[in-house]
Amino acid sequence: MTAVTAPPAAPTTAARPPEARRRSPLAWAREHLLLAVTVLIFVFMLLPNVIIFWMSFNQPQGKFDYVWHRFSLAAWQNPCANGEMCHSIGLSLRIGVVATIVATVLGTMIAFAMVRYRFKARSGINALLFLPMAAPEVVMGATLAALFFNTIGPGGLGFWTITIAHVMFCVSYVVVTVKSRLAGMDPTLERAAQDLYATPTQTFRYVTLPLVAPGIAAAALLAFALSIDDYIVTVFTAGNLETFPMYIWGSVQRAYPAQIDVIGSLMLIVTMAIIALSQVLGRARSARR
Amino acid sequence: MSSNDVLGRTEGGDLRLAGLTKRYGSFTAVDDLDLTVPQGSFFALLGASGCGKTTTLRMVSGLEEPTAGRIFLGDQDVTDRKPYRRPVNTVFQNYALFPHLDIYENVAFGLRRRGVKDVKKPVTDMLDLVELGHLAKRKPGQLSGGQQQRIALARALINQPQVLLLDEPLGALDLKLRRQMQIELKRIQLEVGLTFVHVTHDQEEAMTMADTIAVMNAGRIEQMGSPAELYENPSTTFVANFLGQSNLLTGTVEGVDGDVVTVTAHGQRLTLDAARCPVRSGAVILGVRPEKVHLARTGAEIPAGHNRLTGGTVVDTSFIGVSTQYLVTLATGEEVSVFEQNTGREIQRPGTEVVVHWDPSQGFGLEGGQDIEAGAADIEEDAA
Ligand SMILES: Nc1ncnc2c1ncn2[C@@H]1O[C@H](COP(=O)(O)OP(=O)(O)OP(=O)(O)O)[C@@H](O)[C@H]1O
Ligand SMILES: [Mg+2]
Repeated sequence: MTAVTAPPAAPTTAARPPEARRRSPLAWAREHLLLAVTVLIFVFMLLPNVIIFWMSFNQPQGKFDYVWHRFSLAAWQNPCANGEMCHSIGLSLRIGVVATIVATVLGTMIAFAMVRYRFKARSGINALLFLPMAAPEVVMGATLAALFFNTIGPGGLGFWTITIAHVMFCVSYVVVTVKSRLAGMDPTLERAAQDLYATPTQTFRYVTLPLVAPGIAAAALLAFALSIDDYIVTVFTAGNLETFPMYIWGSVQRAYPAQIDVIGSLMLIVTMAIIALSQVLGRARSARR
Repeated sequence: MSSNDVLGRTEGGDLRLAGLTKRYGSFTAVDDLDLTVPQGSFFALLGASGCGKTTTLRMVSGLEEPTAGRIFLGDQDVTDRKPYRRPVNTVFQNYALFPHLDIYENVAFGLRRRGVKDVKKPVTDMLDLVELGHLAKRKPGQLSGGQQQRIALARALINQPQVLLLDEPLGALDLKLRRQMQIELKRIQLEVGLTFVHVTHDQEEAMTMADTIAVMNAGRIEQMGSPAELYENPSTTFVANFLGQSNLLTGTVEGVDGDVVTVTAHGQRLTLDAARCPVRSGAVILGVRPEKVHLARTGAEIPAGHNRLTGGTVVDTSFIGVSTQYLVTLATGEEVSVFEQNTGREIQRPGTEVVVHWDPSQGFGLEGGQDIEAGAADIEEDAA
């Protein structure tokens, strides 16, 4: 077919340039509209990051470093000048890791149960899982605070209450993410594995898990991101502790050290480095095949 | 191989199903199936979509639990054995290759699960057998349908199962590739000498490949036998229509005289071989295949002793080259198809008045009272 249509197409192409030049302003706009919009969106999304990065080189001066004084590496050389801040980061990271692990394991198991089995309470549990995503965070936080006050008392609030609260809302997101991955999996693959002498454990280990793994990984990342920057629910359940988001919110009212911008920039850099690394590894693996 | 003993492989192991039944709620998908598949044979399970073929295979492989009945491999009852403990492998209807593993690992999967240490040689040999050794490092998603089908076959065959189950493995292929793969499959089966149970709804595929065909309809076996047996002596109207095409005429037995059964149908006297007619009195259905029937212009000479149906008119003529297919309407409104080999004879145009005739020994009789259209719709579906 191509061979037949190709010869008559040639003269048309030759005749096109003058015509194209005449339409050029409109055509140019049409061709570059996408580019323009893309650039604008990128600027919109990245500008705050750029400003934080730039401000992290501000010379620390007094309490509030909102205003540009002059270039300095002081904040970068001493990011933990404020001990409280780095302590709060450590706390947030520990909570994030524990909450992510618990929520991912729990959520993955719930997702399997919901997709694989039909049981009485199934639709009820589905609705329950949706609740933490739909309910306003303030309500959730207040409810949890009331619960903890009335069970373990105000003195018991701390690392574990925050972690329990985070697990609670992260689980919903994990379930939704893993469930969609599982539902898209061909059930005959597991039957084929059993037909090929794989016991149920081996079937899970060699077929189910590798196929669902990308979904679980995405769910874990999501859970970690949700936990690390949660403020509202955390405030209600933290007791005397201060997580990083709480520290920033508090410090904005007392002082704004340039070190906050350093930590912000570092987080951005680490995130991008991880993404870049996974891309490079993925490409290397596909190149080996 | 010690792993064979683990799977309970036995010598001389026929596959035997006894009263096998599967119900989903009140719906019976497989109904009291009894059959024996001799070891080393190529057995085809033929039936229309939804008649319970896949369900039967899944019960044999252990992926579905029968509601009733037993499954035997040789002298062993495997009904209660888990699928991963049965010396049975399946080529699935949609292949079900593992998308995250490359071709090599897909084929090696069964060996690895059984703890075979050195898989390199058997996998390489198996890939050579299906002529896809050069694709070992690819992922299933990077193969064509025909290649995937061959890998699915290799992945099952490498385990040398006692019985290999093939669930419409050629269904997704185009006609040309399908014919090619049919020959290939048959060659491989003869080469490895395993029992193949091949499920299909393509009657031509079943006839070309199988030693024995079981025609299945609504969860039951209608008839079982060699392709020639089923074609020449169908026992129900469903088989007569599903396997090839048949002209079926309802009539009444007039009498039996030695080897000859005399029947009246549409007011005309016809005869049948007694050996090919199970009915001795009352209602009967007389069948004859279109290629056994001849046409003659009204008034022309007809061989002595032939059955004849007079008063026909040609309503449709299709010249296919190798043969000509006619559709003739009788005075009573019945339609008869006739396939005439292209032997250089005159082609009858539509509108011609004709007599339809055939050698009485070519007809067959069926129990009366059956739906003469049963199974016929499936033929048209297949041809489309
Ligand atoms: N899990 C199930 N629950 C209820 N009914 C089922 C189930 N599995 C199969 N069936 C029904 O059982 C009947 C037989 O199904 P089966 O898959 O064996 O058909 P098949 O002969 O393989 O058809 P096809 O040629 O289309 O593959 C069908 O009518 C189907 O709807
Ligand atoms: Mg099927």
